[in-house]
Amino acid sequence: MIPPQFEYHAPRSVGEAIGLLGSLGGDAKLLAGGHSLLPMMKLRFAAPAHLIDLNRIDALRGIREEGDTLVIGAMTSENALIASALLQAKAPLLPEAARLIADPQVRNRGTLGGDIAHGDPGNDHPAITLALGASFTLQGPNGTRQVAADDFFLGTYLTAMAEDEILTEVRVPAQAAGTGWAYQKLKRKTGDFATAGAAVVLRLDGRVVSQVRIALTNVAPTALRATAAEATLLGRPLDEAALHDAAAQAMAACDPADDLRGDRAYKTAMAGQMLRRALLAAAARC
Amino acid sequence: MAKQLLTVQINGKTVEKAVEPRSLLVHFLREDCHLTGAHIGCETSHCGACTVDIDGQSVKSCTHLALQCEGSDVRTVEGLAAGGVLHAVQEGFYQEHGLQCGFCTPGMLMRAWRFLQDNPDPSEAEIRAGMAGNLCRCTGYQNIVKAVQYAAAKLREQQPATA
Repeated sequence: MIPPQFEYHAPRSVGEAIGLLGSLGGDAKLLAGGHSLLPMMKLRFAAPAHLIDLNRIDALRGIREEGDTLVIGAMTSENALIASALLQAKAPLLPEAARLIADPQVRNRGTLGGDIAHGDPGNDHPAITLALGASFTLQGPNGTRQVAADDFFLGTYLTAMAEDEILTEVRVPAQAAGTGWAYQKLKRKTGDFATAGAAVVLRLDGRVVSQVRIALTNVAPTALRATAAEATLLGRPLDEAALHDAAAQAMAACDPADDLRGDRAYKTAMAGQMLRRALLAAAARC
Repeated sequence: MAKQLLTVQINGKTVEKAVEPRSLLVHFLREDCHLTGAHIGCETSHCGACTVDIDGQSVKSCTHLALQCEGSDVRTVEGLAAGGVLHAVQEGFYQEHGLQCGFCTPGMLMRAWRFLQDNPDPSEAEIRAGMAGNLCRCTGYQNIVKAVQYAAAKLREQQPATA
């Protein structure tokens, strides 16, 4: 399987890439790690006339701290997330999730930004960034703007990013001491998308939930923030009744498609189960 | 589409060829460079039979454009044995029966070669996680794990830790 023909461009700067995107218009696609786009091109689900490869733009890679915010270049690879001592200390949910994505070879190529900008509900970083309260820097011909993860994922393969924009960085609040986190992902085998996944960031005041963010993977047309489940937990101890209610609220928000990974009822039940496990794992880390 | 000139190091030799933008690295290696060690298995980045090394990282060459290797250092299984002597990972797969049909073996070898440079003294669990991107339908993996353990021990013997 060979992709259809296209012209290849390898800009060295974000400005150059935005210029190409502007002049080539809707016939161009941005190439990040390529592990979604190239398979789609082989299958003729995508046939862009131009590929703009972002891999030569060094400024899009790297992880740094700006005050209380971690700034991660969009072209940072999954394995670089896993290896980052800074992330392990201040946003450990990201490396925890990256370890559950694909396999070692694919994680060398797959990028944080590509995973997000693709808009695939099966990808893991959308739910992770929702749970973390992350925001995204989008750069276009008229400058940059910030879009919160909460406002970014509009539908399957549909995001708030305009055609002439590039996702340049992901901004994640550094985690305060005493915060618990967990990502639970049910998958059939290495490299598979989630049957269902749940990301949790949690703070307890004594035994009582004082802050919580919950997001779900692959159980709706987009990654899903489970706000009703969050609301039911606030101010309550994380006991069996609270776990039950949170899972019930999360399951009520699910709208998965039947596929080889299971039918709607199974996927919905697994989303509830993953959330229970993630809440308990996060609480144990608080 | 017009071909573009690609200059790349492959197993230490400079290769310069005009390639189509859509040419995948695995096709470039096999058809243009006649290096048929990297195998085309699934062609969807699942099986790992096409694994090669690019600038110190294991990569599935079926999901990588040849042109993306401009200026890179690419290593394939053809570059493993030196002077007719098998590399320790090759010897390990031979000694421990780490293959039956052999189709996955070039990818296994290249992945094991890089993995053991990143982690010279791995546990069994680390080997299984490190080799998780390579599928084998014959062996059941037990002998592949043993082969990697054999190679790890031999490499540590050859290059004792300097620390």
